[in-house]
Amino acid sequence: MRAALRLVSNTESSAIELAKQHREWIALVGGNQDRAAFQSLFQYFAPRIKAMMLKAGMNVMQSEDLMQDVMMTVWRKSAQYSPDRGTVSAWIFTIARNARIDLLRKASSRPYDDVYELEIAADDKSSDDEVLQSERHECVSEALSELPKDQRKVIELAFIADLSQSEIAKKLDLPIGTVKSRMRLAYGKLKGKLEAVR
Amino acid sequence: MSNVSHHLDEATIMRYAAGDLDEAFTVIVAAHIAMCDQCRQAVHDAEQLAGGLLDVAETEAVSDDAFANLMAAIDEKPELASNVHPFPKRNKISGDVPFPLQRLIGSELDQIQWKKVAPGISKHAIDLGGDSSSSLFMLNIAEGHAVPEHGHGGMEMTLILSGSYTDRYGQFAKGDIADLDEHEEHQPIVDAGAPCICIVATEKPTKFKGIVERLLQPIIGI
Ligand SMILES: [Zn+2]
Repeated sequence: MRAALRLVSNTESSAIELAKQHREWIALVGGNQDRAAFQSLFQYFAPRIKAMMLKAGMNVMQSEDLMQDVMMTVWRKSAQYSPDRGTVSAWIFTIARNARIDLLRKASSRPYDDVYELEIAADDKSSDDEVLQSERHECVSEALSELPKDQRKVIELAFIADLSQSEIAKKLDLPIGTVKSRMRLAYGKLKGKLEAVR
Repeated sequence: MSNVSHHLDEATIMRYAAGDLDEAFTVIVAAHIAMCDQCRQAVHDAEQLAGGLLDVAETEAVSDDAFANLMAAIDEKPELASNVHPFPKRNKISGDVPFPLQRLIGSELDQIQWKKVAPGISKHAIDLGGDSSSSLFMLNIAEGHAVPEHGHGGMEMTLILSGSYTDRYGQFAKGDIADLDEHEEHQPIVDAGAPCICIVATEKPTKFKGIVERLLQPIIGI
């Protein structure tokens, strides 16, 4: 555990190593209810989730509360995390997104849970292929770093700041069609890279 | 199911992954991805992108005792603390209705209560509750009949659950979704052989074009 903490505090550590570290921690929480590993995850994710909720327009108290709810869910569902479904960061993003939908949107996150449950019910193989996981993660990092600023801005506003498509259009003073096409281009960039390793 | 040929727009995939769709659209997209490996993978990829954004996102310091408080809350609820287990495995999710629709319309298509709204056309409204600005309903259209055409007043999606129809975009059969942009018009005709059962999500009331359709609008309510 101590070695693990050293790794995460090292600013030189690559995104790949970080993702690998997160997987190890979540496995310890899921398998052994390991509190030290959970604290490491908390230290990394809690400030990101709180910032995400503040950006979505919640006040400090609400953001802190919702962050607590999200981390509680991470604790409770940690054994449901499966590495073949991607990074821990993406998995925790979906938990935070669902909490945000339930609190702020005129919608329920239930359909997302249904799909997730369906995947788990259908999935009997667990491909823990480290190399493939790392390659995919590399694709995501590469795609993000190569995105033109205008596309990057649009997806940040959508995923992190929780702006709707029309709010993004208004904020950036763009036609909605341009927002859509930037979303498609950003997705296309990632898709192109992933198809090369699939 | 892998023989799906009409998929979600990539902008829709991104919006769904970000949590930016109204209730009716969230439900219909979830139903499509439950039937479509390709779009399920696409949503998954978009979520990976979101995870990457979270890694590089700004942070905001949490209160000093946040972790201690959380662990205390977990200790106070041992049922949560010990609830660290995967979903109970279902052997198989049964029924011909996609799983995300089952809580709304049940698991079997032939159990749905239809209300006849015009010759060859029956409707089943789905109450989403709350104050959703989108609506969700099912249509059961006899072979050879036209799906009521309308100029799209907003976003609209149609997912085929049984049978098929054909319009200028091609044939739409089980699992296919028509994810249309606001200004696209189409004239779907149900193919011979069986009725077409589909579920439709619309953003807001739209204008029907023909006389018959204008008459239908108050009844169908779309
Ligand atoms: Zn699809």
